[in-house]
Amino acid sequence: MFELKSEQFRVKVGLAEMLKGGVIMDVTDAKQAKIAEDAGASAVMALERVPADIRKEGGVARMASIAKMEEIMRTVTIPVMAKARIGHFMEARILEALGVDYIDESEVLTPADEEHHIDKTDFRIPFVCGARNLGEALRRIAEGAAMIRTKGEAGSGNIVEAVRHIRTIVKEMKHLTILGREELVHEAKNLQAPLELVEWVAREGKLPVPNFSAGGIATPADAALVMQLGAEAVFVGSGIFKSSDPTARACAIVKAAKNFNNPEKLLEASRDLGDAMPGLDVAKMPESELLQTRGW
Amino acid sequence: MGGKKVGVLALQGDFEAHRAALERAGAEPVLVREREQLTALDGLVLPGGESTTMLKLMRYEGWMEALEEFGRRKPLFGTCAGAILMAREVSSPAQESLGLMDIGVERNAYGRQIDSRVTEIAPDPDFERRTAPGKLEAVFIRAPIIRRVGAGGKVLARYQGDPVLVEQDRHLVATFHPELTGDLRVHELFLEKL
Repeated sequence: MFELKSEQFRVKVGLAEMLKGGVIMDVTDAKQAKIAEDAGASAVMALERVPADIRKEGGVARMASIAKMEEIMRTVTIPVMAKARIGHFMEARILEALGVDYIDESEVLTPADEEHHIDKTDFRIPFVCGARNLGEALRRIAEGAAMIRTKGEAGSGNIVEAVRHIRTIVKEMKHLTILGREELVHEAKNLQAPLELVEWVAREGKLPVPNFSAGGIATPADAALVMQLGAEAVFVGSGIFKSSDPTARACAIVKAAKNFNNPEKLLEASRDLGDAMPGLDVAKMPESELLQTRGW
Repeated sequence: MGGKKVGVLALQGDFEAHRAALERAGAEPVLVREREQLTALDGLVLPGGESTTMLKLMRYEGWMEALEEFGRRKPLFGTCAGAILMAREVSSPAQESLGLMDIGVERNAYGRQIDSRVTEIAPDPDFERRTAPGKLEAVFIRAPIIRRVGAGGKVLARYQGDPVLVEQDRHLVATFHPELTGDLRVHELFLEKL
């Protein structure tokens, strides 16, 4: 079992603290990474294809090519994150050897293990993991994740799932704060999460690691919405480079993350952005096409 | 120290951790998101985060002049990215800065996240005399290194020989993150300067 107060865990959470209030952008090459950095991204996420393309093209989605990641790491000075498949601890070991700044054990890639997530305590690089509810978030933290993000529905351009997930996590945390000790034992059973983490959340009213949002953010308004609901920063996947004017949209979403509480500034940030990425109606998608149900 | 109004620049980064630390240290912290808020403040903290992101937002929203002007009258305390923004020169790569402190700073000088660390450092006796005795726990996250300290600068702590806590007139910078520890002495020292 990992230790929240250990030095190594605090260093991992420390970088997540530095990313708060910012925008982490998906990029597939150095050119996109440069556009993201110049727009004010606080980090980039290196991957082989953005989620919208993975969805369209199908096939097995894996860790990005080493050459692409190295090129991105050489090009930008902001932190570089990279995705590994769920349970694929050897992709993660390779990313650790490469020296990326954060690993996303991500449902956007094709899972490598249908039962086990990576034992993240055993790595020197911090991990971020997706979650749809509090139980899932606490299981990932128990495995050593130093940052949680909502899963949303990646590549959909539809904010509805990210909203559902952040609302669920926040509501479930609020609920814990009013329960007595014996009720928390029962709740730990329901959440399928370790009691000591359930007790921590009941006492503090928040997750023991930063809580970001991802999966469907396509506009400045989307970013502001999830931050109003309690997300401390946002990940934008396909939303930037699948829009008609990536530079303008990237700048606008950076401004929106800072001004999530200022409608006048959000209005300014929302002007003249061209077309957002095409969206999908998640409610009409067959279960087999959902990415959020990968992992548990 | 009660009643001192200290702003924490909340463009991006760990401003919330600074707000909490200042509150524990007995100040009245305010998250600052609009330039107009500066007039009511006794001092300002520039938090950790990504200096390129903060710089971008400062340019988008016209903060540079307002902060330079504020810094000519009132104390600023910068940690990590905040220290980079306050420096006179920034390297690796060169970038614009407020130039409020006569120091030269190299970004990401220890390396990437894998080189981030928590360590203990022995502060200068003057720091201990002005606050309380004892080592400082220093959290370095993709930290910069202060490569040059101008004539007016006083080094209050070093790590591996490099300055990590520097005071110059009314201003203070740290390349580590006292806001991520339970030790309030660095924040208390800043509050003493207001």
